[in-house]
Amino acid sequence: MSIDAKIDLKDRFSEFFYRNLETLKEGLPEHINKKREEAIQNFQKKGIPHTKMEEYKYTDLNPAFEKEYRTYIKPKKIDFDLNDIFRCDVPELDTHVVLLLNGWYYQKKTPQRELPNGVIITSFREAANKYPEIVKKHYNQYADTEGESLTALNTAFAQDGAFIYVPKGQTMEKPVQIINLLMDEEDGMSQHRNLFVMEEGSQASVIVCDHTLSQKNFLTNSVTEVFVGQNAHMDFVRIQNEHNGSTQVSNFYLNQERDSNVSANTITLHGGLIRNNYNLRLNGENCENQTLGLYLTDRGQHIDSYVLMDHAHPHCRSNQLFKGVLDDYATGAFNGRILVRQDAQKTEAYQANNNILLTDDAKMNSKPQLVIYADDVKCSHGGTSGQLNDNAMFYLRSRGIPIKESQLLLMYAFAHEIIGKIKIKPLQDRIHELVEKRLRGELSRCNYCQMHCGEPGKN
Amino acid sequence: MLKIKNLHASIEGNEILKGIDLEVNKGEVHAIMGPNGSGKSSLASVLAGRELFEVTEGEVIYEGEDLLEMAPEERAKEGLFLGFQYPVEIPGVSMMNFLKTAINEQRKHKGQEAMKSSDFLKMMREKKDLVEIDSNLTNRSVNEGFSGGEKKRNEIFQMAMLNPKLSILDETDSGLDIDALKIVANGVNKLKSPDNATIVITHYQRLLNYIVPDKVHVLYGGKIVKSGDKQLALELEEKGYDWLKKQAMD
Repeated sequence: MSIDAKIDLKDRFSEFFYRNLETLKEGLPEHINKKREEAIQNFQKKGIPHTKMEEYKYTDLNPAFEKEYRTYIKPKKIDFDLNDIFRCDVPELDTHVVLLLNGWYYQKKTPQRELPNGVIITSFREAANKYPEIVKKHYNQYADTEGESLTALNTAFAQDGAFIYVPKGQTMEKPVQIINLLMDEEDGMSQHRNLFVMEEGSQASVIVCDHTLSQKNFLTNSVTEVFVGQNAHMDFVRIQNEHNGSTQVSNFYLNQERDSNVSANTITLHGGLIRNNYNLRLNGENCENQTLGLYLTDRGQHIDSYVLMDHAHPHCRSNQLFKGVLDDYATGAFNGRILVRQDAQKTEAYQANNNILLTDDAKMNSKPQLVIYADDVKCSHGGTSGQLNDNAMFYLRSRGIPIKESQLLLMYAFAHEIIGKIKIKPLQDRIHELVEKRLRGELSRCNYCQMHCGEPGKN
Repeated sequence: MLKIKNLHASIEGNEILKGIDLEVNKGEVHAIMGPNGSGKSSLASVLAGRELFEVTEGEVIYEGEDLLEMAPEERAKEGLFLGFQYPVEIPGVSMMNFLKTAINEQRKHKGQEAMKSSDFLKMMREKKDLVEIDSNLTNRSVNEGFSGGEKKRNEIFQMAMLNPKLSILDETDSGLDIDALKIVANGVNKLKSPDNATIVITHYQRLLNYIVPDKVHVLYGGKIVKSGDKQLALELEEKGYDWLKKQAMD
């Protein structure tokens, strides 16, 4: 029966695709549209990932995809003023804000812009038409549409998203902040597509915030492709804060050229079911990559992080650190792989996944892996899942700090290792506060933007 | 202040304390000595409320209350302090945050308001001078990367900050060189008052050259086998523990 259901699901998406192909193509150039049919065929081969596939063993996406959603093949007119319901108030955080509403670039609030130094911040849609030479060069070059069926599905349906371009040698002074808003009166599915291109020697920071603004079920299947050129430097921070009725599959494809440096930090405060895929390719010598994640889950939430760190060239350094606190009957999975190719001598690659399980019912499946074909490398990997340290608990309590407060201090300290590495200082401070609130249980019913939720009078 | 009567305690079914009687009054300093494995540290842990130990018999009355009924944090808020033999490293928890939380919990318990940051910092400065601890330690995470001596000094610093009624210092002297030992002892002496009391647990007599005890007890096989004044410590230094072991066996 379940097999039939999967075939049905696959056909349902394909049928929907062909029925709406003309609408999907509308307003987008041929170099985007010509990838669609091949992509849907690739999707058809594997369908929605299921738990019999090794890489999706602990995360069953089928129930989420089986639900009926409105798919936004055209932007839905939303007749309210976002100013009334949404406001980002990280103090002192001055950013170029980009709003994506149900996956569509929301121009009313955030105009497209070209900065004096040539930096472009606009919609994927506009970029595809206006800057075809840049888009053509990078679009669908890093995303894996053959191996990852959901990336193929996204490529078949991609119509809009965010686009960032930083020209050679330029520095973007302010971070770009992309805010993904999901809001509708009916259940919705978003498949936005982001493309960030950073040319040689450029520098930029990008913040992505995900959140749900209405109590409906939402499904997101997003793809972000990032090209970081030679000697370029990028800081990426993502804050996931969606409600329990949301499912998110986020596919992040990074290509780093020689001497480049990328740090990516994902803070998951809340979400129903989250699958974060990180495909990171160090495609030149002397790259540095730091990919970190922190997830705090409770009740029936589920988070699955999948990382492929591909060391394709010598003298690169990478560090993966994923930490989680799981409460109630929350579940999680971590599947991280370091691949060191034959030529990648002098690689230094580290990977760790540490979890605190606060109850006997919380469950974590952790699978760190090393695949090494070079012989002169330094690599390590490891995972721990356990309770809070008894000795530390007693030490704190023996100084008069109650159990609950002691637990909080230790969890906070556990989380600090990740948060402390966020390089945008005001954001780091704000995330510290949010995490503390989250750990205190004051954020769990939050339905609004993580940047002001939990504050009195605002929800 | 503290009355221990016939205290028995065990860990995983093994009896470690086999009937301890001890009375400590305000203003007194008691030294508990004894060979390794005699139950000294276990006694300290039981008094501080470590849950690994099960009290099977006896009672402990602290300031008129049943101490054994209280959770570790309640004991601390009532003025009991344990200086750890092996202070725990807690990466990510700053000394500042840790001490502030501890002090404000204590104040809350007494019905006082939380301390103002400026007052807290002033107090920290004063106490830091008292125990000669470096600012670069108090700005770090709790005990993280501290040397053995720094950890012990940090225990005395916490003691100074929390101003306890009864301090139990568990082998605070172990692993200290003579200069560090003097500093620690000096801190303890400065904090001494007619209203508080200290129990110093030690293996060696040398600490007692700097902290002069009113009473000395020898713990062996989970029992206090001999009590006396500071002369007893000197006697132990000279003769070792064997004669007491023999006595205890007879």
